[in-house]
This record gives sequence, structure tokens and C-alpha cells, in this order.
Amino acid sequence: MNLLELLGYFNYWVFAIILTVGLYAVISKTNLIKKLIGLSIFQSAVFLMYITMDKVEGGTAPIIQADVEDQIFSNPLPQVLILTAIVVGVSTLSLGLAMVVRISECYGTIEENEILDAD
Amino acid sequence: MDLLAHLPALQVVVPMLSAPLIVLLQPRGLAWAGATAVALLSFAIAVALTVAVLDGQTVEYAMGGWPAPYGIALSVDAFSALLLLVVTGAATAALLAAKPSIDQQIEAKRQPLFYSAWLLVLSGLVGIIVSADAFNIFVFMEISSLASYILIAGGPDRRALPAVFKYLMMGTIGATFYLIGVGLIYMMTGTLNLADMEARIGDVTDINPILVAAGFITIGLALKAAVFPLHAWVPNAYTHAPHMVTVFLAACATKVALYVLIRFDYMVFQTKLDDHEIQFAMFVMPLAILGIMIASAVAMFEGHLKRLLASSSIAQIGYILLGVSFVSMAGLSASTMHIFNHALAKGGLFLAAACLAYQYRDLRLNQLGGASVRMPWTCAAFVVCGLSLIGVPGTAGFISKWMLINAALENGAWGWALVAVILVSSLMAVVYIWRIVEALYFQEPIEGNIQISEAPIQILLVTGIVAVLNIYFGIFPQVPLELANSAAALLLEGSR
Repeated sequence: MNLLELLGYFNYWVFAIILTVGLYAVISKTNLIKKLIGLSIFQSAVFLMYITMDKVEGGTAPIIQADVEDQIFSNPLPQVLILTAIVVGVSTLSLGLAMVVRISECYGTIEENEILDAD
Repeated sequence: MDLLAHLPALQVVVPMLSAPLIVLLQPRGLAWAGATAVALLSFAIAVALTVAVLDGQTVEYAMGGWPAPYGIALSVDAFSALLLLVVTGAATAALLAAKPSIDQQIEAKRQPLFYSAWLLVLSGLVGIIVSADAFNIFVFMEISSLASYILIAGGPDRRALPAVFKYLMMGTIGATFYLIGVGLIYMMTGTLNLADMEARIGDVTDINPILVAAGFITIGLALKAAVFPLHAWVPNAYTHAPHMVTVFLAACATKVALYVLIRFDYMVFQTKLDDHEIQFAMFVMPLAILGIMIASAVAMFEGHLKRLLASSSIAQIGYILLGVSFVSMAGLSASTMHIFNHALAKGGLFLAAACLAYQYRDLRLNQLGGASVRMPWTCAAFVVCGLSLIGVPGTAGFISKWMLINAALENGAWGWALVAVILVSSLMAVVYIWRIVEALYFQEPIEGNIQISEAPIQILLVTGIVAVLNIYFGIFPQVPLELANSAAALLLEGSR
């Protein structure tokens, strides 16, 4: 595989890197808010993957026009899917933040090791 | 209008639409009554669907009238029907018993919200089961997971909060892995419909993305299903959740993830990929065996009743996975059967634990002394369900363990080693169930616990019924057995 081919997969490289960065943050950080940030980064990597795969070379927005024949369209389905996944991501994040608020109320800290010590 | 034709959709829609309505039922007790009525209705729908598929048929439903590969399809076959019975049955039984325990644990003004979240979990779980569309499964998985985080964190125990946070992290990572896998398959096949995927994977020339997708989906769902060693979220989440939530989730939540895993690996990947059969079996079997042995061993030394039962749940997931990894008719029907029987046994055990928890504030084994005198019926039900968990002849648990041993013996010389694993772990189950029985029956009562009496009749009655069902399905296992057999046939046929 030559350099150009490698660069051709640019979006997928970025996907893999963002995914790992997010997962690393989830595993290594002890602050619960930072963990949630990591989780959010982790999820947005998948959004990028879906958005990338719908692109058709030379394709445009899938709107049928009366006077244009043989137009190439990008695939709209992955965009619809990922819109749903983004909504899921937002609700997960907000629920996670709500949990952190309650943890902070009950324990007075949001550091994982201090919470473990408290019980 | 033929109502029967719309049952697959109604199964999901009824609990989902009633969830927001339940919130409006503020007066005390009404929310519980409403939620229970809805759960009973979905149980009735599940029974009707089971009757419709009992002779091996599949009920298909096209959402909005759009035909299958383009629109979102729902389908119910014998395998899904069995899971539907387990999920709606567990939700109904737990709700019927729930009121006294929930009144004790959750303040009155938050109860409507709690029951509403309960119905959302139910609709998410049945949505996963009836869905024949990979992305739809993801959405329903997240609906059920998000709502179950709320249920688990809803109780008075503050230790539930860090437990839920951990569950949320691991659950979301699992779901995201699943989403990546589905994306990769979509990239290569251009479809999200499971049946269509199965047909088109054979034509894919570059098989590597599909292999990666199989890995992501297996790991992601294994996280959700608490397959050893990805089970870290289970013990704390089950232990500190409100007692009735534990009954509901322990009986069915992880099994639904296993169901999707089995569906994917058998219907979509198996034999369409070179050597997937061997790779899958070789990957899953060691995890299953390790899970059975280690989780059983952990359960033997656990000092807290609910935590002990949670560890045992992880071992039972191992049994189900072990049968699946045989890739044989006997193995699959044993696993499917065990999904049903374990839900009965573990649901009953957690119900009895909820009875005990209603009276005893502390569920550590050394605090439970004298329970057999004060709460004889609870303890009797506990013993019956415990025997079923061990697999004593005459109880439901025996049927599936016997089937599992028979399936293991088909594997030749290897089979004997597997039988040894099953027998040793059953002995371990005898040990940990005995430790509880010893605490309940033979331990001296603690001074402060003098006024303890039997649990409210409402919980007790449901617990008793579940205990009796454990014996009933041990003697008359025909219906689940028939479903399990045709489920196994469908799964193996789907891979050809």
C-alpha cells in the first residue's frame, strides 16, 4: 500500500485515533466528568465513520430535480442513522451528567477513588 | 382489522406509549396499577404470539407497510417468542409483587416516574427481541439501557450511584462497539435487515471488514450480556438496585443481549464466513468455562445475599454460552431452555430476597439468622428456587442442565471434560445455596430482629407462584422445550 492509498483512508485513520483517545480517557481518568468527556469523544468517532461511508465520489445532496438527469447522489441513509445515534449519545451524556450530580450530592466528590474509599 | 396481524408492533408500542401516560397518574397507587395492567397486557400479547409461532412459523410485520429490506421489519419466531415470554413474564411478576417493596424504598412523589421508566425498559427489551433490523436493535438497546440506569439508581442506597455510573460507561461502550460492527457490515452489504444481511454477506469479496465487524459485535454484546470477563458492572448494580428492579433485570436483561449475540453469530455470520464456526466456538467456550468456574467460586465466598446471587448469575450466563458454543442442535436447545429456566429460578430467588429485604434491613448472610422461623413461606420458596438453580431432578433447572450434559457428551472425549466442569460447578452451586440455607435455618437470630414477621402477602404470593412454576416446568417442560427445539432448528437452518 503506497502513501496515497494510506492518505485516501484519512477519515478512517482519524476515526480510529479519536476512538482510541476516547476509550483511553474513559479507562485512565478518575474524575467522573472527564470519563464522560472521554465517552462522548469515543461516541463521536463512530459518527465520523458513518458520515464518511455515505460519501459517494462526485455525489451531491439527494434531492431530485426536474430538469437534471443522471445525477449522482450521496447515500442519505447513514446520515439518518447517525442522527439517531447522536440523539442517543446526547441522552446518554445527559443521564451520565445527572448521575454525576447525584453522586456529588451524596458523596461530596466526583473522584472515583475517593468514592470507593467512602463506602 | 385483524388485530392478530398487528401483535408484533403492539408488543412494543403498548408499553412505550403508556410510559409517558403513567407519569400523569399522580395519586398514590394508581401508577402502580396502571403499569401492572400494561405489563399484564404485554404478557398477554406475548402469549398470543407464542401460540401463533408454536408450530414453527414466523410472524412477520412490516412497519408502516414498507416491505422488508427497505422498511423496518419486525419478526417473531420460536426463539423470540420464548424470550418475549421471559421478559414480559419477569416484568409482570416483578410488578405484581412490587408495590409494598417499592413503597418502602421509593418516595411516593417519584413513583410515577419510576414506573414509567420501568415500562420503558420493558418496551426497549421487547423491541430488541421483535426487531429484525440491526440499527433498530441498537436504538431499542439504548432505550432499555438508559431506562434501566434510572431504575437501578432510583433506590435509597447511595452505593447504587457509582455502580450505575460504571454500568453506564460499560453499557455505552458495548452499544458503541455494536454500532461500529453494524456500520462495517452496512458498508460491505448495503443493508440493515438481518435476513437481507445474511443473504448478501455471501457475495462480499473482501471479507476482512466483516470479520472485524463480527469481532466488534461479539465483544459489544458480550459487554451488555455480562459475559466473563466483561461482567464487572453486574455485582454492584444488582446488589444496590431496588430489590424489585433486581428481580426484573436479573431475570431477563442480560439474556436479551445474549439473544442478539446468538442471532447475529448464527443467522448472519455462521458459515457465511470461512471458519467462523470454529473461531466463534473457540473464542466463546473458554470464556464460558472460566465464567462458570470463577463466578461460582466467587459466589461460594460472598457474604451478601444479593451479591452472591449476582455472582451466580454470571456463572449461569456461562452455562448458556457453553451450550451455544457447541454449534449443535442439542447445545442450542439446551441454551435456549436454560435462558427460560434460569429466569424462573433466579427470578424466584431474587423475589425471595426481596421478601427478606422487606423485613431485614441488612442482607448480609450473618444477619439473616432465624429467618426460617419468622418467615417460613419465604424460606420454603427460596429453597425450592435454590434447588432449581442447582439442578435437582424434579425442578426446571434439572431439565436444562441435563440437556446441556447430553449436548456436551456429543463432543467426544472433550465432552467428558465439559461434563466435569458442569458437575463441579453444580457442586459449587450446592455449596453457595447451602450457605444461604444454613443462614436462614440454622443460624442463631440477631438480638434486634425479634419483631420480624412474614413479608406482605402480595410479594409472598408471587414468590410462591414462581416457586411452584419451577417445579411445574420441571415436571411438564413440554411448551418451553418445544419452543427451544424449534428455536435451535431455526438458528441452525438460518446458517445454511
